[in-house]
Amino acid sequence: MLHKRTPHTGLLALAAFAVAGLFLLQTGLSVTALAASTANAVGVGVGVDPHAVPVPPPPFKDEDVFPCSECHDVEDEPDTTRRQLEMAHEEIVLEHDQENRWCLDCHDANNRDHLRRASGALIEFARSYELCGQCHGTKYRDWKAGVHGKRTGSWLGAKQYLLCVHCHDPHSPSFKPLEPLAAPMRPEEIR
Amino acid sequence: MSRDVTRRQFLCIVAGCAAAAATGCSDFTHTALFRDNFRDLSPAELKDILADLEKKHSATYGKQVTVGATPALDGVEFGYALDLSRCIGCRRCVRGCVEENNQSRDPQVQWIRVLEMDSEHGINLEHSDPYYDAEKVPEDGKFYMPIACQQCRNAPCVKSCPVGATWQEPDGIVVIDYDWCIGCRCCMASCPYGARHFNWGRPSIPADDMNPATHYLGNRPRPKGVVEKCTFCVQRVRKGLYPKCVEVCPVGARKFGNLLDPNSEIRYVLDNKRVVVLKSEQNTQPRFYYFFG
Ligand code: SF4
Ligand code: SF4
Repeated sequence: MLHKRTPHTGLLALAAFAVAGLFLLQTGLSVTALAASTANAVGVGVGVDPHAVPVPPPPFKDEDVFPCSECHDVEDEPDTTRRQLEMAHEEIVLEHDQENRWCLDCHDANNRDHLRRASGALIEFARSYELCGQCHGTKYRDWKAGVHGKRTGSWLGAKQYLLCVHCHDPHSPSFKPLEPLAAPMRPEEIR
Repeated sequence: MSRDVTRRQFLCIVAGCAAAAATGCSDFTHTALFRDNFRDLSPAELKDILADLEKKHSATYGKQVTVGATPALDGVEFGYALDLSRCIGCRRCVRGCVEENNQSRDPQVQWIRVLEMDSEHGINLEHSDPYYDAEKVPEDGKFYMPIACQQCRNAPCVKSCPVGATWQEPDGIVVIDYDWCIGCRCCMASCPYGARHFNWGRPSIPADDMNPATHYLGNRPRPKGVVEKCTFCVQRVRKGLYPKCVEVCPVGARKFGNLLDPNSEIRYVLDNKRVVVLKSEQNTQPRFYYFFG
């Protein structure tokens, strides 16, 4: 008898299974949500990649510019001699330690869809902050903590980050002056 | 007058309705003039008052206005830090604050004032200029210091108010009950930072631009003849949002958070940066810090 289940107990077991499943699903969801909010609260992502930060995609000026390999064919032997560009990208004026650096110090000659570290290791455009961070270590540390650069959202929950390059053009990183809004009225002008 | 005899009871007695005073003066109870100080209101009275205000402001501005009274969150003390090496003096925070907090456009009231100073002389309030009018900012040789209420721990404004219309909340925000303020401006005289502003005229806010999400102790429309000031956007921060000035600053110079949370941005600033408070010799103990990132 024990091994036989009446339809009734079978249904019960099924129901119990479904409830447990739902419960698990819900717990799973809330734990994920909690993890996400904790991660945001300290400004560093958790899980698979301890260095990932919730950032928007990189702000390419021209949507068609990426992927770079559309034009830069990997089959072509890249010309790695330092030179003034004439055929393309000539609008880019490097004002970022230009005496010591040029394109291929940050862009990888053999894999144009990636940036490269000084070590030669590849970095995705979406994580360009790692590239900036190798020279600007203290700023990188402050940025990860939410203190250098702009954060929006919630002081106790999810925040939106910006990449370094949202505010600093990587080829000319100094912040560009803005027009200020109107000065306040002087007391004698207020009626 | 001691708060044992409430203003409502006192006024009722003067008006000759002693019987009503003992039981509460029915219709008059919730009008601005006859009701109690915010801190003495029962939950039921508060609910009625908020509903009255919502009705009144919704009619005035032609949109659904909410007037909340969200209390301080447990375990939270707010702190603010502004990075003087980032601020470019663009005044976006001033506009954001005016719009968020329903400040009068005419006569002009602005809670944030951005001071321009000479890099050569460092922080020197006597030689600062709030009226700078440059084509582009930042200008060479200048730096900029926005100032609003410093939410002092030892707040002279609170001590100087003769009627208890302004006080410090458990989360550190110094607030004003606009319906209890008698407009004497003692607090303005005692505030060392010029952070308090008086409504000399009837405040005007264009209906389209009026922010309908308000808090009783924060950005609800104010009457003429009362004092107002920055509340760290009490209507936002008690819901977990950043103050508006943090959100609009284009350079990310403004940092805000819970001083009691060791992992907060504000604690990172205090732990890792050199910070200064304004006029420390006054012993006001501000919760607003300036730092050099
Ligand atoms: S918006 Fe930011 S940069 Fe502009 S004046 Fe205010 S604090 Fe300074
Ligand atoms: S800055 Fe002025 S208004 Fe603000 S708490 Fe201090 S004394 Fe009061």
